[in-house]
Amino acid sequence: MMDLRELYQDIILDHGRHPRNFRPIEHPTHTAKGHNPLCGDRVTVYLTLDADRIADVSFEGRGCAISTASSSLMTEIIKGKTLAEARELFAQFHAKVTGGEVHKLSEALEEDAERLEPLTGVKAYPARVKCATLPWHAFEAALKGGASEPVKTE
Amino acid sequence: MNDLAAAKPRAGVDPHVLRREFPIYRNNPGLVFLDSGASAQKPAMVIDGVAEFYRRDYANVHRGVYQLSQRSTDAFEAARETARAFLNAGDANEIVFVRNTTEAINLVAQSWGPAFMEAGDEIIVSDIEHHSNFVPWQMLAERMGAHLIVAPTRADGGFDLGSFEALLSPRTKMVAVVHVGNVAGAILPVERIVELAHAQGAKVLIDGAQAIPRMPVDVRAIGCDFYAFSGHKAYGPSGIGVLWGRYDLLAAMPPWQTGGGMITQVTAAHTEFQEPPHRFEAGTPDIAGAHGLKLALDFIEGLGREAIREHEEELTGYALDRLSRIPGLSLVPGGQRRLSVVSFNLDGVHPHDVGTVLDQHGVAVRVGHHCAQPLMDKLGIAGTVRASLGVYNDRNDIDRLAAAVEACREMFSR
Repeated sequence: MMDLRELYQDIILDHGRHPRNFRPIEHPTHTAKGHNPLCGDRVTVYLTLDADRIADVSFEGRGCAISTASSSLMTEIIKGKTLAEARELFAQFHAKVTGGEVHKLSEALEEDAERLEPLTGVKAYPARVKCATLPWHAFEAALKGGASEPVKTE
Repeated sequence: MNDLAAAKPRAGVDPHVLRREFPIYRNNPGLVFLDSGASAQKPAMVIDGVAEFYRRDYANVHRGVYQLSQRSTDAFEAARETARAFLNAGDANEIVFVRNTTEAINLVAQSWGPAFMEAGDEIIVSDIEHHSNFVPWQMLAERMGAHLIVAPTRADGGFDLGSFEALLSPRTKMVAVVHVGNVAGAILPVERIVELAHAQGAKVLIDGAQAIPRMPVDVRAIGCDFYAFSGHKAYGPSGIGVLWGRYDLLAAMPPWQTGGGMITQVTAAHTEFQEPPHRFEAGTPDIAGAHGLKLALDFIEGLGREAIREHEEELTGYALDRLSRIPGLSLVPGGQRRLSVVSFNLDGVHPHDVGTVLDQHGVAVRVGHHCAQPLMDKLGIAGTVRASLGVYNDRNDIDRLAAAVEACREMFSR
């Protein structure tokens, strides 16, 4: 049996219980809803872009410890980043949790990627991978301007 | 047929003896399986019986003049007779083979609905229905300009006959309710529901998916018009289920899906259709599945449905008592009469996280909304953790569940 404490590390429980940037943005430049039909969980991601830089990012919704912690960590990490940097981080995170090919990140992003490391424990729990990627998919959907139809994880 | 088809009559339910008949336990040592409400495990007599059928008796049905086809047809029709007897229906021609409960309900909604309903009519469902007994009626109502009315259950989770009666009127054309709820196991007073509905001229369909594997069901005693169930929740194969309907109703209903096997004559200008049940069984059916369903119903009858109910009732009571002692655990109310399904939430821990922890302890439960989002909305929750019982479960399974829930609570309160 894998030790569940590797999945539910203190940092995840902390962000799950006390999510950061858990608030709406009144006039976001981009927003999208994420929906996991399997469990009924919903997350709304709000973005304020300043040219291609993420000036502000926040989220709202209900979810499990994994998806809430993932949303919280995502908002902390991508705030202030350029869109290209945020996408690069997501690509690597996605590859790590789904078993895809992991590319090396630019040096400047290594520390941020390390902060996402605790969440990559979901790789051992295929049914829970979607919980961790849901806010990132919503982030991508927001950039595409898809604020009308909620993005689904399956 | 084959030797496995003959169920040995035996009395009582002894999970320890029974588990030896379920190969899943041999192949998954230590498994605590508490998700029979989603789909039950299969006894060897069903698994082997289906394989034997393919080895000895398989051919297409109702088609060939050769002996093998006749044997296959005989087995298929014997399964229909077993299903008839199981429901105490009057006529085997009232048994329509479908894929599952969902398909049975869709058949009635799409065939009976447009033929017998008009704009302004009303359909009543309860607020604890599975999506399969909710969405087909919602779509029918939209299509016909009719109204879908949701009858509320009481705060204790039991069916509210008073409010139901108040919702009934001559506009009510269909009442579609579950026999045993899939979220909290509430047993509905179906006989009384039928009496009240019929007094207003409405028809009644009962979703028996959860009831069939665990309690006696007599459609003539209930008095309903349609009764639907799935094989896979009743220890049988997936892909086979039954719609029972009163013959005069079935005979008045137009075909649903069309094609081979359901016609008497086809010309370029016109097609004449078979009588029920074949009218509703277009195309080659799940022949071996029907035989597997027969074996599963034989398995249940061999144990005795009263004995199964007693066993699961006792265990349900034990589970409710055991779980209610866990601090921070809240049970979803299931009324005064409930069976085999227990749903709960753990304070401050999302059901998905509970499910993952339980899985690490070898305990298989269902987490989520259980295809009952209207009920989740009413309860103001995203989902629940649900443990559901089968004939192979015992008190030790419940103790292991409770211990795993305790471990989960500890981990999330650190």
